Amino acid sequence: MPLLDQAVLVLAAMALFTAFALLAQTRLTAAINTFAWQGALVAAVAALTGRASGDAHLYVSALITLTLKVALIPWMLHRLVRRLSLERQADPLQHPALTLLAGAGIVVFSDWVAAPVAHFDASATRNVIAISLAIVLLGMLMMVVRRQAVAQVLGFMAMENGLFLAAVASTHGMPLVVELGVAFDVLVAMVLFGVFFLQIKNSIDSLDIDRLSQLAEPVEDDERGDAP
Amino acid sequence: MIALLLTVFTPLAGMLLLGALRSARVAGWLNLALCALSLAGALWLAADVLAHGAVAGDSFRVDALSVYLVVLTALVGLTTAIFSRPYMRYVHEEKRVSRGGLRLYHSMYQGFLFTMLLALTTDNLGILWVAIEGATLATVLLVSLYRTPAAIEAAWKYFILCGVGIAQALFGTVTLYFAAQHALADPAANGLSWSALYAVAPHLEPRVMSVAFVFLLVGYGTKVGLVPMHSWLPDAHSEGPTPMSAVLSGLLLNVALYAVVRMKMLTDAALARSATPDLAGHLLMGFGLVSFLVAAISLQRRRDIKRLFSYSSIEHMGLMTFGFGVGGPLATFAALLHMLVHALTKSAIFITVGHATHISRTQRIDRIRGLIRTQPAVGWGLLIGVAAIAGFPPFGIFTSEFLLLSATMQAWPWLTLPLMIGLVVAFAGLFRAVQPMVFGAAPPGQYPVRANMLPVILQLALVLLLGIALPGLLAHWLDQATQLITGRHLL
Repeated sequence: MPLLDQAVLVLAAMALFTAFALLAQTRLTAAINTFAWQGALVAAVAALTGRASGDAHLYVSALITLTLKVALIPWMLHRLVRRLSLERQADPLQHPALTLLAGAGIVVFSDWVAAPVAHFDASATRNVIAISLAIVLLGMLMMVVRRQAVAQVLGFMAMENGLFLAAVASTHGMPLVVELGVAFDVLVAMVLFGVFFLQIKNSIDSLDIDRLSQLAEPVEDDERGDAP
Repeated sequence: MIALLLTVFTPLAGMLLLGALRSARVAGWLNLALCALSLAGALWLAADVLAHGAVAGDSFRVDALSVYLVVLTALVGLTTAIFSRPYMRYVHEEKRVSRGGLRLYHSMYQGFLFTMLLALTTDNLGILWVAIEGATLATVLLVSLYRTPAAIEAAWKYFILCGVGIAQALFGTVTLYFAAQHALADPAANGLSWSALYAVAPHLEPRVMSVAFVFLLVGYGTKVGLVPMHSWLPDAHSEGPTPMSAVLSGLLLNVALYAVVRMKMLTDAALARSATPDLAGHLLMGFGLVSFLVAAISLQRRRDIKRLFSYSSIEHMGLMTFGFGVGGPLATFAALLHMLVHALTKSAIFITVGHATHISRTQRIDRIRGLIRTQPAVGWGLLIGVAAIAGFPPFGIFTSEFLLLSATMQAWPWLTLPLMIGLVVAFAGLFRAVQPMVFGAAPPGQYPVRANMLPVILQLALVLLLGIALPGLLAHWLDQATQLITGRHLL
């Protein structure tokens, strides 16, 4: 296997590791930094793939990821966390062991889903597709188990990292116009998340999503109550 | 070409223009004018496509299937804009929304229409994804427009659930692109072009395509409101402003289903010679039937009027999904017709519901009473709208449901039973709620409001016309779309 392919595999595996780290990280500031590292690893995969295949537009993609996922979004999140004074807030997991076990199960499942692709294409990409699917699903798991709005947004953004990795590894990146569109959507989503944090904070004075759903529950109970 | 630009880019220009405009009074009228301009473009485009066949070019393509939804989108956009101009002024006078909020509303209304029309006219599956995600981004701040805790909760749920769902669709798109790389000569140039992929679909690797389709169905299915990914839908519909509920139900759900149908066409062609040729159809039938039945049961004993009708939307989207899943010309024709009549009826109902909640100043069903005495136009509008949506003859929904049932009877006879039961259960749930709202004794101190029933009358008359006698032109048009999807003509 060529050296570049091996490097891509190692970097992708490290990105998967950061996905687990994000899942278990309870302190927000540290989690944001972990997310920035994940972005850097994914951007490095894109640049290396670009070098291996000679696709110039992959360098552009790597640069977009670097600015967006490593610099801009972590910076915006840090600023929001400071503004809402959440720096010292910890958000412990309910069942850390169970969550990490579920994460391991997700990795095995992703490998199984990616198996048809392996029959089809014998190159190193197969493992990277499995890894990227695992990162997407781990991001989803993170959004389910974490109750803190900022942590949920990190899960959302980690999913985007996984999707980008899948596109780079399996197909040498989507067409540039699509990638620009996706990056634009991610950026707008981040701005909107920021607006939401402020709205949630103003309305319930906390960013704990559990409290948000408790507020709506009387409405739901009302729904299921006996009709007159 | 000019028609296409006029249709799609009028709303984009409108979004920027209305974002900069300060006067709320002018904004309402301008919003209406822009929608009318876009509809004129859409009709021109439709005439073009019907006369000369598909209009295609660099990364866009408009054929019989998409142009029919383009016209529907522009039409419902216009009628809802007619309703929203006075309604949003009233909401503003009630101090429920600030001047800035009103500006955001008008700007994002156009932004939402832009994403819908872009999704329908693009040929690039990546742009399709970007546009459908853009629709979420455009509407999410409108769901929380009233800034109540419940509205913020609904908007957060909408944002997170649709974000997660749509991410699955992007993964599916990447997988599809991966399959395309091995089938196309020059994947970098047109690897995500739907028409290029459709031309080589039999050479797409079937196993990879099945994986891709499952992800695409789950992803876009979240936006269609298929059970079990539907839980954002009733919240977003009930907490957002009423014009938003009308366009979400009438347009967004349709466009998401359109994306699913396009993917099904690719998957069917790719799997034709594999061991499981009907995988896509069976998945759609399963999801559609479950959504239909769950929604029919959820319609019982609702307390919030907008929630009631959003469950009815899930029910009808389930029926359409089921219809496309059954496949074959008859079922597909029925599903296409159902898309049309459901969008017209449901947006008319939401407009009426907007007036009804304005009259009784609440969304709670048990406090909305005696509409027909207080304001006969609104009472009759609600009654006729519900009769149409429940599938009474002679309305168009009866026709499409009847066609769908006959198609099911031919292909899967025993599935007709759950469909019939579901329709009856849904009917019972709707009428138990609506009957007292329309005929009950009006509470003292309830006065008529200024209501513009023109859009409702127009849309319900159209639905009636479609039920009594489907115009030849439209039948021919739907038949062309059917031919495109199934490869065979019905008529």
